[in-house]
Amino acid sequence: MRHTFVVHVEDKPGVLNRVASLFRRRAFNIESLTVGHTETSGVSRMTIVVDTDANGAKRLEANLYKLVNVLRVTDLTAEAAVVRELTLIRVSADQETRTHIMQLVDTFRAKVVDVAPDSLIIEATGTEEKIDGLMGVLEPYEVLEMVRTGRVAMSRGQQAPVEGPSDETPGEVDDNVSYSV
Amino acid sequence: MDNIRTGAQILWESLVREGVSTVFGYPGGAILPAYDAMLEYPIRHVLVRHEQGATHMADGYARASGEVGVAIATSGPGATNMVTGIATAMLDSSPMVCITGQVGSKLIGSDAFQETDVTGVTLPITKHNYLVSDVDEVAPTIHEAFYVAKSGRPGPVLVDITKDAQQSSTEFVWDDSPVQLPGYRPELRATEAEYQQAVELINGAKRPVIFSGHGVMLSGAMDLVREFAERANIPIAMTLLGIGSVPALHPLNLGMMGMHGEAWVNQAIQEADLLLAFGMRFDDRVTGNLKTYAPNARKIHIDIDPAEFNKNVLVDVALAGDLSAVLADLLPHVERGDRSDWLSAIGVMKGDSAVRDVQNIPDSGHLYAAHVINDIWRMTDGQAVVVTDVGQHQMWEAQYYHHQEPRSLITSGGLGTMGFALPAAIGAKLSRPDAEVWVVVGDGGFQMTMCELATIAQEKVKINVAIINNGYLGMVRQWQEFFYERRYAATPLLSPDFAKLAEAFGLKSAQVSRRQDVEPTIEMARAHEGAVVIDFRVEQEDTVYPMVPAGADLQAMIRRPSPSPIVETADD
Repeated sequence: MRHTFVVHVEDKPGVLNRVASLFRRRAFNIESLTVGHTETSGVSRMTIVVDTDANGAKRLEANLYKLVNVLRVTDLTAEAAVVRELTLIRVSADQETRTHIMQLVDTFRAKVVDVAPDSLIIEATGTEEKIDGLMGVLEPYEVLEMVRTGRVAMSRGQQAPVEGPSDETPGEVDDNVSYSV
Repeated sequence: MDNIRTGAQILWESLVREGVSTVFGYPGGAILPAYDAMLEYPIRHVLVRHEQGATHMADGYARASGEVGVAIATSGPGATNMVTGIATAMLDSSPMVCITGQVGSKLIGSDAFQETDVTGVTLPITKHNYLVSDVDEVAPTIHEAFYVAKSGRPGPVLVDITKDAQQSSTEFVWDDSPVQLPGYRPELRATEAEYQQAVELINGAKRPVIFSGHGVMLSGAMDLVREFAERANIPIAMTLLGIGSVPALHPLNLGMMGMHGEAWVNQAIQEADLLLAFGMRFDDRVTGNLKTYAPNARKIHIDIDPAEFNKNVLVDVALAGDLSAVLADLLPHVERGDRSDWLSAIGVMKGDSAVRDVQNIPDSGHLYAAHVINDIWRMTDGQAVVVTDVGQHQMWEAQYYHHQEPRSLITSGGLGTMGFALPAAIGAKLSRPDAEVWVVVGDGGFQMTMCELATIAQEKVKINVAIINNGYLGMVRQWQEFFYERRYAATPLLSPDFAKLAEAFGLKSAQVSRRQDVEPTIEMARAHEGAVVIDFRVEQEDTVYPMVPAGADLQAMIRRPSPSPIVETADD
């Protein structure tokens, strides 16, 4: 089944490579991976979706913890969590179809963020199912281009904050020691 | 500010403060500043003939002593030559720090002369690695590298230092305080419930077997394992790397398990109702077919690395932590057990072990590897440190040299690296100068790293080398014999006259092809003050028995043919 991991890592060069290399090396296939800053400086957050069984997920978690730069691993699969994806869709639209498409966009609580004479760009946020649904209804109008961010996720309720790599010098990321280029 | 040093000086200052006295290396352009500074520090540098040798020496140094071994090389080809040795250390959890020079930081990414992305290349085969391009980071990185290499599950760490970081200067500050790594958890602790579950399984088991692996030695848990086994009367089977963790002649020690383990050991595992895996990882060479492996046994797995749990074999209880700590916690709850029914059942499987005495086999005019290894064992009282290569001789060594002491068998288990033995033995000898060190190596593996004979001669390293020369890549030939209809593709091996070769390096040598010459030659080698290379011309198409074919059921061993020219078990 699909497992969603939230992985907090030190914000250092090469860490993404280490994480990706681990998945490759242990023959796990990444379905999606997003990475960005967090509320704590010096800490990045990855959301990784991977298709594996419960035992595989446990071993993956243990292996992630073996990476020196990995701070915390949470498997959100069984937890109550908010899971979202963002997408931009360019769809063909002329005078005849534009209004129709915009109505569909409203129904999905999506937004039109760019209008051109022969196309629209739609921004939508939601679960993968919702975005799949939106894609389904837009297809007849000819989707010209599409990009999806992949899953980001956060557990519901309260969670302890992740401590940064250094207490006394927050915000300072040492890029002279690169942990693998 | 009189504490100003160059990065190169700081490197050695730091190594000395980490307790390093010996390094194995090979100079080159990008590491030259470090080599220049080396002369000012109390370091013994062993000049190797190939950087792979430097890593195996550092590995052998670490395995024989438990101290971190250090190898040093230049950028590019110097560093890539280390790859095999690093991977070897990684799979066998050997603590090692490799220092490599890197081109100047301004040149990184420009495909400069001898530039290789070494941290990238070694990422999957190191426990961790670093690229240092700032002189201020040299000292803290070395301190951290040693901590990572030896803490938790040990492993190789590589530190790649740019040439400009070696050349520029800064104030040397040595922070000796314990390393704080926010994401690094070298040791974990199992929960009370897990302990409770383990204790119940142990005390209720009628046919338990302890597995003693490499982790026993890495954790220094030898006495605890023995106490555990003796208290509960549980027989012990060893992995290849676990050999020496329990004295071979201890009555509860069954011997080696797995592909070339003795039949009774594997049979006991298949009939066991509980397996207690101490510091081992259920390698495929140990389990055979996982579907039929120990079908009636519950399993308790104790390991410092939780990523090993349920990797190959699903276990009932997994206790994470340092083995010594876990065993110390468990011991008081382990009930004294009798288990004489189980022990005598294994005794029956074992039969009369006297029939395995290779000494009793009449001299048929043939020289067998088993004779040679058994004679080395006998004449060294089982007290030597034996460093083996990979192949048939490695398995015969494991079968016929009965190791009584921990860290006395040094061998590449996980990676199975041919060419390991000769350089690893140099490292072992330098870390334990008082030990008698023997190399047992095949004619194939010897030729992969025999250039290190020059290192032995230059550094005056007293080791004895027993080449088990059968004119074949023996283990591959054996697989061809069993599984490829004796089609000997690329296994017959033409070799130089090893005795003459050793002489060319200035070493004493001998060639032995008769049984009666084995003993006197071993005697000569032991008495000679310098290194001795002995070319034992043994039976060409000899076979390692018993054998579980790769992936076969553990009980489906290919047994020794009867009557066997060498040895046979009672129930063959």
